Amino acid sequence: MWKYKRLIVLMLFILTIGILAACGGNGEETTEETDQDTANASEGSSSEEDSLLSGTVKLAGSSTVFPIMEYVTYEFTKENPNVDTPLESIGSGGGFERSTKGEIDFSNASRPIKEEEKALAEENGIELIETVLAYDGLSVVVSKQNDFVDELTVEQLGEIFLADSGNTKWSDIDPSWPDEEIVIYSPGHDSGTFDYFNEVILEEKPMREGEGVTLSEDDNLLVRGIQNDPYAIGYFGYAYYVENQDTLKALAIDGGNGPVKPSPETIQDGSYSPLSRPLFTYINRASLEEKESVQAFTEFLLSGAAAEGAEEVGYVPIPEEEYQSQLEDLKAIYEK
Amino acid sequence: MPLRNQDDMYKRRKRRTAKNNIFRTLFFTATTVGLIVLAMLIYRVLSQGTGSLSWDFIRNFAAPYPDEAGLLAGIVGSLYLMGIVAIFSIVVGVSTAIYLEEYAKKGKLTTFIQMNIQNLAGVPSVVFGLLGLTFFVYVLDFGYSLLTGGLTMSLLVLPIIVVSSQEALRSVPSELKEASAAMGASKWQTIFRVVLPAALPGMITGSILALSRAIGETAPLLVVGAATAIYSLPDSVVDSYTVMPIQIYSWISKPGDEWPLLAAAGIIILLIFLLIMNTIAVLIRNKFQRRY
Repeated sequence: MWKYKRLIVLMLFILTIGILAACGGNGEETTEETDQDTANASEGSSSEEDSLLSGTVKLAGSSTVFPIMEYVTYEFTKENPNVDTPLESIGSGGGFERSTKGEIDFSNASRPIKEEEKALAEENGIELIETVLAYDGLSVVVSKQNDFVDELTVEQLGEIFLADSGNTKWSDIDPSWPDEEIVIYSPGHDSGTFDYFNEVILEEKPMREGEGVTLSEDDNLLVRGIQNDPYAIGYFGYAYYVENQDTLKALAIDGGNGPVKPSPETIQDGSYSPLSRPLFTYINRASLEEKESVQAFTEFLLSGAAAEGAEEVGYVPIPEEEYQSQLEDLKAIYEK
Repeated sequence: MPLRNQDDMYKRRKRRTAKNNIFRTLFFTATTVGLIVLAMLIYRVLSQGTGSLSWDFIRNFAAPYPDEAGLLAGIVGSLYLMGIVAIFSIVVGVSTAIYLEEYAKKGKLTTFIQMNIQNLAGVPSVVFGLLGLTFFVYVLDFGYSLLTGGLTMSLLVLPIIVVSSQEALRSVPSELKEASAAMGASKWQTIFRVVLPAALPGMITGSILALSRAIGETAPLLVVGAATAIYSLPDSVVDSYTVMPIQIYSWISKPGDEWPLLAAAGIIILLIFLLIMNTIAVLIRNKFQRRY
């Protein structure tokens, strides 16, 4: 028997882990088909708990929109504990990759949908409905230790960040500024923040790279880099500036109508131009029509939660009436 | 008169011991570099994270507020994932190793398979994520589920398990097998009753160490769609999930001072899991290892 003992130990080991993995379902294992079509779940289980909504709301996309949606999903599941709301932070492009295939219900984005993404969705028979959640002011920041820059024009920004401007020193931009290298901290090329900056400031021309330029998807890394270097400059979402106001200085940006500092007011009324941007979520029309959970989530989102979430994490909500009118338009779709 | 000059001998000996000492210090410093970095890491994580550790941290789901946030979804997700990885990768990995070591004839094909398995062990983990995305999500249609994540991770650790199981099988002395065959046992009887029991401790140790690698991986799971924020536990293997490293990563990249502290607390929990797994591996090895 001794010879079998070890084998038995191995079998027990595997068995224990197997049981651990399987017993999560409280005995009521769902079959594979229900996963693909979670819409059915809300109808299936309504008999036992009539008042409680169940089902799934799948969200994925921009890491910039993530904090708002994290807040909204958290508050939503507090009220509807039987609804699953898996939320992924995979970038605007990653979100559209899923939503254009119809794999998710909400596609979060920090930029409008691109033409080719739209075409792809049409090809797959998916319609995505654009909804504005809030505004984000892209803040251009320097360290508090920097005492020579307070404002920049859009052209100067271009001169600092563009590769072919050939300027690498502060004195190249303005002779009265110190003869020191400009150290650049920028979000990485996959982020919607970079896309946006690329579009309005760089105008799709290549950004400076190599020595003195740090690219990172981790905004906190950018913050830390800029904090302690008086000759560093960088840009990221307004929320990260708000959290680090004591060590960072946001620059006033002159887009042609005089320098404007980012603030909730200037971002919402559009005077902080061209660096304020809307944050979106794109709703899958078919899920909105069919899934009760998605309808409930949409209503929750647009009647207060998005605004609270935006404020909570440092973005700027859109005016109350705009949330209302968007919600009415969406309601018209599913309350037929 | 002595054959050699005594002074000269002393001098030479001194020089030799000096050389010995220099190298000893050099090697010792090299060892301590690793230890110091480890100690610093642990100190930093402990000093930042212990403040946020509490029962609530383990019991709560992630939250947008630091004082309510917890790691529950990550802990449970990681455990389920490890379960799937263990079942799949150990069964397939050990079987592969047995085939390669006991049944396959040593030839060009076997060498080719062998070489490929060893190469697989060096493939960057995100590549396995892409493989999982195309194969499990699109071809087999498992969706962005726990099952997909588990199978993808299994592929990732499979080469490690195969190689370590092969080592374990190879260390079983051939006299044992020959003795068994001489008693009239069939190949299967020999493998099942003689070779496997002898190789088991090595196999289990290797498997657990491979699982420890899987529990800390993030990249492939991001590709196959583990959620970043989720407030429900998986009901079945085709449900959505998250794992500890992803939650920790999302906390680190949030704006605000409290989030890195939470991340540190998460790292402590992850380290505890790793430590438990590695301890089990060491215990099994010490308890069952028999020398031939």
